[in-house]
Amino acid sequence: MIQEKKQSGIAFVIGASSVGTLIEWYDFYIFGMLATIISKQFFPADAGTAALLSTLAIFAAGFIVRPFGALVFGRLGDLIGRKHTFLLTLVIMGGSTFAIGLVPGYATIGWAAPILVLILRLLQGLALGGEYGGAATYVAEHAPKGQRGFWTSWIQTTATLGLFLALGVIIFIRSSQGVEKFSAEWGGWRYPFWISLLLVGVSILIRMRMSESPMFSKLKTEGKTSVNPLKESFGHKGNFKMVLLALFGAVMGQGVVWYTGQFYAQSFIETVCKVEFIQSRNLMLWAILMATPCFVLFGWLSDKVGRKWIMLIGMLAAVLTYRPIYKQFLSLTNAKNRIEKIDLSKTTVSEPKVVTDAKEATKIYVIQTFDTAYTDGAHFKYIKTDTLHLTAAYDANLKIDALNPSLVVSKSVKPNVVIEKTMDDATYWNLIWLVFIQIVYVTMVYGPIAAFLVEMFPTKIRYTSMSLPYHIGNGVFGGLVPFLGTLIVEFTKSPESPMGDALAGLWYPIGVASVCLIIGVFYLSNKIDKNVMD
Amino acid sequence: MNTVKKLLGYVWMLMAPALICFLVYQAVEKISAASEIQRANVALQWVIILLVFTPICVGFFIFGKYASANEYAHLPESSNEIE
Repeated sequence: MIQEKKQSGIAFVIGASSVGTLIEWYDFYIFGMLATIISKQFFPADAGTAALLSTLAIFAAGFIVRPFGALVFGRLGDLIGRKHTFLLTLVIMGGSTFAIGLVPGYATIGWAAPILVLILRLLQGLALGGEYGGAATYVAEHAPKGQRGFWTSWIQTTATLGLFLALGVIIFIRSSQGVEKFSAEWGGWRYPFWISLLLVGVSILIRMRMSESPMFSKLKTEGKTSVNPLKESFGHKGNFKMVLLALFGAVMGQGVVWYTGQFYAQSFIETVCKVEFIQSRNLMLWAILMATPCFVLFGWLSDKVGRKWIMLIGMLAAVLTYRPIYKQFLSLTNAKNRIEKIDLSKTTVSEPKVVTDAKEATKIYVIQTFDTAYTDGAHFKYIKTDTLHLTAAYDANLKIDALNPSLVVSKSVKPNVVIEKTMDDATYWNLIWLVFIQIVYVTMVYGPIAAFLVEMFPTKIRYTSMSLPYHIGNGVFGGLVPFLGTLIVEFTKSPESPMGDALAGLWYPIGVASVCLIIGVFYLSNKIDKNVMD
Repeated sequence: MNTVKKLLGYVWMLMAPALICFLVYQAVEKISAASEIQRANVALQWVIILLVFTPICVGFFIFGKYASANEYAHLPESSNEIE
């Protein structure tokens, strides 16, 4: 009877903590998922890759401030308690996410738009920096002996499920609205931000019913809580050296594996392999759905065999297989490998469509679609846009073929070509398996890490001590994977090789994970700390 | 094992300043190679990278220093050993 009551108690603790954490991850990730649209809405229309890079930089800024959130809220959590601190982070996160959805675009308020978005993104990062450490500590401090890995692994699923929820909501709204309505200034891309307010409201109600962590309550009753958690965490050599070990021997590698498997993979499939928007997100959904139970599996296993080797094997597998996996992405989606299979009966070329520039009446865009069908069911759509400058305003009744060439002052030397590839079933599932493998690595490195970090630090400074390395590892090393990966690929571009080396961006996660692996192998202990009450 | 930990500590101590030098060199090279229009954007990106990674490299150097002093020869088994 008592055992049953204990189990339902811990189940409520897990449920209530997880729902809030999941919603915070959802809030945080919708920004990354919508990076392409956000870059168009909040930056000048002609900024191109620079706008995308700036958006990714704002996205990364949210990650960079996470360690500061860890310091601010970690300190609060060790001073006033876990429960009230992560209630506060939830309110900040929900409010700033909702507000991002209210910021007018660059077309309406100019540079104030990206500045406002940046400020709100920084608030999101601060809130998340305080949330995760609190939730992981709270759950670990409730977990029965010998099951800490298993119970905290549920909290570990929330980041991936938050990503899943973000993807699902975006796909649903985009599919029901259509591309044009979804991408308009006040279009459907804003709804996922607004929905956050409702989700956060529900989560706050649930969390209000939670009680304080028993270990923290005990410390408080005995008057043994920390007076200055920051000083005790980072000013005392004994604890500070463990903070450094946690960061360089476990979390920085875990961070890059997490963000490569779940973010860089999606970005690569969409922007490099050019797989169509919905299909690229659907395949992520499938891979996440299939791999998520592995978080709990590896959390449970870490209670039996220790945390260290599960995490390090995940890192090793990532280091060894990232390049072959991404090479396979390129090969599977490459048109050159499909030339033999072109289905001429279903291959079409559309009539050219003319669109006049909104600001210059003498500037027109000639858009033509080439739809190449393949016998295996794949469709590659090429949307070619030529920009023409005319001597006079374009007559809308005139067909582009009938346009007098003498009216054309100049034509773009290189047309803009947008490629959208819809893959056949076999290739689609092959892509899913390749992402699935990467997410299994994520579950190996991430499933046991909450228990691992909780066991490293004393109760009275646990929230502060574990939050900082976690958020530097994940927020800075991990969060910068898409930005630095894109930047490294940009460096390899030259006039001789305009596309650059598409796989070059992988050297960043591979390098970081390799160093972390070596440090982990030599310096970490595989011993499970049975008593975290001290 | 402790000798390997100690020797690797020196490697981390060397790696930290080397990484900072590499990043500064890359920043100067990329900013000067950027076109006039792109220069401010590229400079901003590199300032962010340097501001973020320099303190981390300092932390990495301290980690190496502790490792070379055999501070990780024995890891604490209870919180009393940490405090």
